[in-house]
Amino acid sequence: MRRVVITGMGIYSCIGKNLSEVKESLYNGTSGIVFDQKRKDFGYRSPLTGMVEEPNLKGFLSRRERISMGEEATYAYVATLEALENAKIDQDFLDTNEVGILYGNDSTARSVIESVDKIRSKVDTTLVGSGAIFKAMNSTVTMNLSTIFRLTGVNFTISAACASGSHAIGMAYQLIRSGLQDMIVCGGAQEINELAMGSFDGLGVFSTNQDSTKASRPFDKDRDGLVPSGGGATLIVESYESAIKRGAPILGEIVGYGFSSNGEHISTPNIEGPSRAMIKALSQANLKANQIDYVNAHATSTPVGDANEAKAILGVFGENGPYISSTKSMTGHECWMAGASEVIYSMLMMEHSFVAPNINLENPDEDAAKLNLVNKTLNKKIDVFLSNSFGFGGTNSALIIKKVS
Amino acid sequence: MTKEVIVEKINYFLVDEFEVEEEEIAPTANLKETLELDSLDFVDLVVAIEANFGVKLVGEDFVKVTTLQDFYDLIEEKLS
Repeated sequence: MRRVVITGMGIYSCIGKNLSEVKESLYNGTSGIVFDQKRKDFGYRSPLTGMVEEPNLKGFLSRRERISMGEEATYAYVATLEALENAKIDQDFLDTNEVGILYGNDSTARSVIESVDKIRSKVDTTLVGSGAIFKAMNSTVTMNLSTIFRLTGVNFTISAACASGSHAIGMAYQLIRSGLQDMIVCGGAQEINELAMGSFDGLGVFSTNQDSTKASRPFDKDRDGLVPSGGGATLIVESYESAIKRGAPILGEIVGYGFSSNGEHISTPNIEGPSRAMIKALSQANLKANQIDYVNAHATSTPVGDANEAKAILGVFGENGPYISSTKSMTGHECWMAGASEVIYSMLMMEHSFVAPNINLENPDEDAAKLNLVNKTLNKKIDVFLSNSFGFGGTNSALIIKKVS
Repeated sequence: MTKEVIVEKINYFLVDEFEVEEEEIAPTANLKETLELDSLDFVDLVVAIEANFGVKLVGEDFVKVTTLQDFYDLIEEKLS
């Protein structure tokens, strides 16, 4: 089995449009949550969301390339440009090496609705335009980026609800580890618009806190639901040999990918499934629980989800375990993107030796009180971290990444 | 609608929306080879013509269209 490393990262999120901005926001505990009038007007219970504007790609991409891209693909494209650049990969390299793409995405609601609305109004499918189909498929990110960057390796999208981005990295890890690919562009993307999240809001699981920046408060007693968010997060994952051969910067090494399915309720998370994912990841990494320095919790700020994750973490790591925070306290829940973005947030903490705060954690609930939760920025060296991601349908993913000395 | 207006409108959306190089626009320009419009662009030409002139083209209409002049003539014929 081969070693698998991360050599590039790129991020476009509500707490920053590049790695540098995001690192500052993480360090300063800055929230990216805003009030969205469109959601209020549309009938949402909760008008809150993480927000970042759609990038204007005119001048960067041709019309043909742009018209096939929905909002999530544009976020992913910008994040990928940054990731390729800091991985020192140019188009010549992509043209002469077999590079794959695996990306997490689980909706294209706005693109689907807009195209169907057009057909309904025109009563003629020929007037929907040529880009509609390529924007509306779940694989929109992988089909667009593989075309734009002329990628010739593995090419598919992973849809696994709010664990999509994490499973994409995990699958890339497995393919490279086993020798099937040398390099894979992977990550997660999430659309941000009022059309995408209405049915989720309808479940009554979004926060109705009036104070936007205080609303996402994972593990806090007064949490009342999650805040949706989105953007794009890309990582360049490659074999250690490939990275050394081309003199690439090695930012971290993926050493464990644990996955599981709860096999129970479609939306209510349990304790056993996430526990099994974390234990599997530790086993694959050949690490003991006390060797993990930091856990980036999935914790979305829902009452049941956070409580169950706290119990799962406590069961796996015990009391006085690793430092823990949920960066969703700042970003909101980046859903299909979260599993990838949170690896990047944790990588930035590892690179700059700090633990980002779980902001708004004022009174931890009974389960969380037993965890080593960090609610103020902590300057601390991190050598190994674990990142949790869970999703509807009971899908769970835990990734372990360590510093390469 | 006069032929001049038809030509002006078509030239405008070709440059503005389809991002065809303005200097390539000429009655003799070949839509595929000179203006580099592909099969998907022809789908969008149908949309643009409907939006600009209120007429619907079908695939067969393009059989006799090679140059931009052919295209101007087609729209003039459809509008007459």
